[in-house]
Amino acid sequence: MNILAQLFFSFAKVGVMTFGGGYAMLPVLQREVAENKHWATDEELMDYYAVGQCTPGVIAVNTATFVGKKEAGILGGIAATLGVVFPSLVIITVIAAVLTGFADIAAVKSAFAAIRVCVCVLIFNSVVKLWKKAVTDKATIFMCLAVFVLSVFLDVSPIVYVLVCAAAGIGLTQAGVREK
Amino acid sequence: MMLLRLFIEFFKTGLFSVGGGMATLPFLYAMSEKTGWFTQAQLADMIAVSESTPGPIGVNMATYVGYITAGIPGAVIATIGLITPSVIVILIVSRFLQQFRRNRYVDAAFYGLRPCSVGLIAAAGFLVLKISLLNIPAFSSSGSLADLFNLKAIVLAAVLLVLTRFVKKTKGLHPIWFILASAAIGVMFSF
Repeated sequence: MNILAQLFFSFAKVGVMTFGGGYAMLPVLQREVAENKHWATDEELMDYYAVGQCTPGVIAVNTATFVGKKEAGILGGIAATLGVVFPSLVIITVIAAVLTGFADIAAVKSAFAAIRVCVCVLIFNSVVKLWKKAVTDKATIFMCLAVFVLSVFLDVSPIVYVLVCAAAGIGLTQAGVREK
Repeated sequence: MMLLRLFIEFFKTGLFSVGGGMATLPFLYAMSEKTGWFTQAQLADMIAVSESTPGPIGVNMATYVGYITAGIPGAVIATIGLITPSVIVILIVSRFLQQFRRNRYVDAAFYGLRPCSVGLIAAAGFLVLKISLLNIPAFSSSGSLADLFNLKAIVLAAVLLVLTRFVKKTKGLHPIWFILASAAIGVMFSF
């Protein structure tokens, strides 16, 4: 099989077998990319992951682009990326089509009202998890709380907060405010 | 035109959301307010579906929003819009991976970006809390504090919080089990 097709199908497989993305994906990636295909070592995968977290976008997509690019250049990067999103496209489109047809049924409404409560708790849990990694000193506590309060009360695009905080991160580090 | 706007909105989301799937959430809330393509309640449903189906959450959310907004072409365009910035950035960065990782400006920027991302996600979570645990329309029409709190929902939230954080047997379970159990409870107790 052509290398581009192999990249597409391998990453489609990773996409199908991952629930939730992010770290849930790492063991699946290790098996498919490192053990089965030998496209990257475990260490390289960890590097891609680390950079994937430090670059914009979805981590799974970033990792797929890295591996594809390394194996088969720019086209390889694109083939692997399309592979990783392909299952989502198919599955979610089917579910969305079905759900919009059933959205007005009373039982479905009740189910989703309760699911929203669950989503609330799940978001809270991921905030706690992310907080532990991101909030390391007084300045980061302040930034995190300020962004939270401002974005609850003001109608400003999240892009503004992202740009200001990136600049603040550089400024505070240069000024020596950042605690090691 | 609609498809072009979808592409641009998701391109922006992909470019500025840092730190994985959930980080796209605040951008989707802003999009809902700005464009009216979908409601905040629909968005909360999308999160549940994205968490319970295979694939990265950010990608699932983009596909879902795209489909709700403009059918199958919308699903495809929104997803491509979301991943385009990643692909471009990674193709550039992959040439000098090690230098990028060790660059002190990149590291310093992320010192600020990470707490920002947490604050933004928490604010999006607060919006879900407002529509799921509180009943603001009933409160503003009756003015009685008893109408503000959705008691059934608050009890469910408390139980889920304990099960997902403190009970050893259940806290490692995949979110899909809690979502399915909540759906069943919602039907049984007519939420």
